[in-house]
Amino acid sequence: MNFPKIDLNKLKNEGTESVTVKERRNFLKLGFAITGVYASGKILSLSSVLNDVAYASGGADFVEKYPYNPHYSMVIRQSLCIDCEKCVEACNKTNHVPEYGYRTRILTRKYQGQLDKKVEFIPVLCNHCNDAPCVRACPTKATYKDAVTGIVRMESKKCIGCKTCMLACPYDARYFSAERHAIDKCDFCWDERLSKGETQTGCSSACPTGARTFGNLTDPENIVFKLVHQLEESVWVLRPEDGTKPNIFYMKGNMVSVDNILKGQKFIYTDPAKS
Amino acid sequence: MTGSMVNISKRWGYHGLDALKKASPGYLMLMGAFALLALAGVAVGLHGMVTGYHYVYGVSREISWGILISAYVFCVVTSTGLCIISSIGHVFGGEAFMPIAKRAVFMSIIFMLGGFCIIFFDIENPFRMAIYNVISPNLSSNMWWMGTLYGAYLVFMIIEYYFLLEQNHSLSRLMGFFGLVVGIAAHSNLGAVFGMLHGRPFWYGPYLPIYFIFSAAMSGGCAIMFVSTLAWKINPEIMNQRMERSIKAVCQVTIFLISTIMFFTIWKIVTGMVSHDKSLVIMALVNGDYAINFWCFEIFLGMVLPLFLLLRSRGNNFNMIMWATGLMMIGIFFMRYDIVIPGQMISVYHSLGVEEALDTIKYTPSFHEIMAALSGLAVICFAYFAGEKMLNGHQLEKHEIVPEGGYICPGCGAIHFMEEGETEEDAMKRHHKIW
Repeated sequence: MNFPKIDLNKLKNEGTESVTVKERRNFLKLGFAITGVYASGKILSLSSVLNDVAYASGGADFVEKYPYNPHYSMVIRQSLCIDCEKCVEACNKTNHVPEYGYRTRILTRKYQGQLDKKVEFIPVLCNHCNDAPCVRACPTKATYKDAVTGIVRMESKKCIGCKTCMLACPYDARYFSAERHAIDKCDFCWDERLSKGETQTGCSSACPTGARTFGNLTDPENIVFKLVHQLEESVWVLRPEDGTKPNIFYMKGNMVSVDNILKGQKFIYTDPAKS
Repeated sequence: MTGSMVNISKRWGYHGLDALKKASPGYLMLMGAFALLALAGVAVGLHGMVTGYHYVYGVSREISWGILISAYVFCVVTSTGLCIISSIGHVFGGEAFMPIAKRAVFMSIIFMLGGFCIIFFDIENPFRMAIYNVISPNLSSNMWWMGTLYGAYLVFMIIEYYFLLEQNHSLSRLMGFFGLVVGIAAHSNLGAVFGMLHGRPFWYGPYLPIYFIFSAAMSGGCAIMFVSTLAWKINPEIMNQRMERSIKAVCQVTIFLISTIMFFTIWKIVTGMVSHDKSLVIMALVNGDYAINFWCFEIFLGMVLPLFLLLRSRGNNFNMIMWATGLMMIGIFFMRYDIVIPGQMISVYHSLGVEEALDTIKYTPSFHEIMAALSGLAVICFAYFAGEKMLNGHQLEKHEIVPEGGYICPGCGAIHFMEEGETEEDAMKRHHKIW
């Protein structure tokens, strides 16, 4: 390649007034790319979508990279949960959960003095954290992050039963199963369903209201991708202060804007006075 | 065979089963009681293992570490502490601490083994541990480091004890040094097992690894004084002037360490009170479910009373020291319990404000758990009493490093130093102020 010879000393200073907004943006993007490569190439690829959502709502044009593919995730639309516990039943049946244990449960939060609601149901399960404290705590690698799917799984024969992972988990997602002689936990039904070709977990397929939506976060056509990648309704995770980068996302999920996205109608304006 | 036995008896001060036969009936009955307790504990523990711990233990999904972990922590803390305090003498050359070394290292090994007995009944698959700790290690796990380093620690301590018996002081010193380093690493890792759990604000942070080391040193000083003064009750002959001086020195260090732990405890409470996450636990300790544990056992029996009695004893009144440290051992057990159990009493979903997690979580140790914990403690007591007789009060041979220019005084058993041109007799007179 031939580069023109430029004497920098002889060039006239054009000032910053003439730089267009677009050029500035491109310059900033370049900066992001460089920091991405040099400062946190690895860190970035490990970072959870939460950070990316934060970027997205910050308005920067940012292409998300998810560390796994398929990156399994669940979005829980809290307002749709009616506490029918069909998900818990389905989970217990699918995964042969003993009666003293559970892999998922529904918590109840009560309110006083609110006009619209007195109670809210919050389904909880293993958050399949990208930075899972249980995986770090396990002395024998009996619990591990699946390199392909990002599911936190158990290799039961290695479990010594020290129960450190139970205490390390900030989501109370683990229990000791006397039948398995090991810790048992949610594996997004990998053993019983996903590995056999199904696309839904037991709980999400049993949910009659669509409160639990399960899917692949790397697929732009997937419902979880759509639910996470929108600005109108806030999306959150439980206990973000622990820095575990969870893959279970929560939202209220009752706004028209979300329905519109799911229907593919991206920019429909609905006038509340008319409807 | 007989020849080598005599040889060992002479070199190591090992008196074997003969010494037990000569022991008084009361002594043997006491030992028998501990042996029975240990066997009963093991039997109950094995019953629990066969039935499934899930059905017989009081631990639950939320409080998954119970009294067994507390007792394990108690044992290994004391073991590390015995190593730390005794190393002042036989590793770093603090002359006053030398006479306690042999008993301290012996008890350190015993406490460690007692701790392993207890953890055996807590770990659900102890046999898998032996395999997968080796072939599938997770180097980022504190639990793995703790287990592995404690294993190495035990090996170093046993080798060190062998060299102490053999009076090979340079090697025992080297092993003692390795044992100390590995022991402190292991013990701070035990603190980090708790301190690195994000979801548990009462434990999380660098406080516990640091606290554990100081607390270990305090427990070690307490345990050395207790086992030495108890040994003096069993056999008054073990107290010569060197031992007396040693007890006095350990007493001084322990007083300092109790004050340090008081300081730690005060700031734990004060900082915890203003923290939203911790205040519930702190209030349970100060004025709730654990108030009796905290005020009566941890604070009064574990710190205030022993501090007062040890100061009063001036390091000379062995009866007082024995009572002070004996009660302190009980207090220290509750200190461990007050770390392990209350750390789990708040559900991880408490901050979410859900109905299921509003109340604190309760835990009561079950019969099986208490017996399994007692089995380990009974093993320790049994081995202690057997050791005192069979190893002749850990005292027969000189096992301490005698510094250059020093000699062991035939009169008092202490190490004296000769000044230039001085005979041993002159030095002795000077030391004992006989003019």
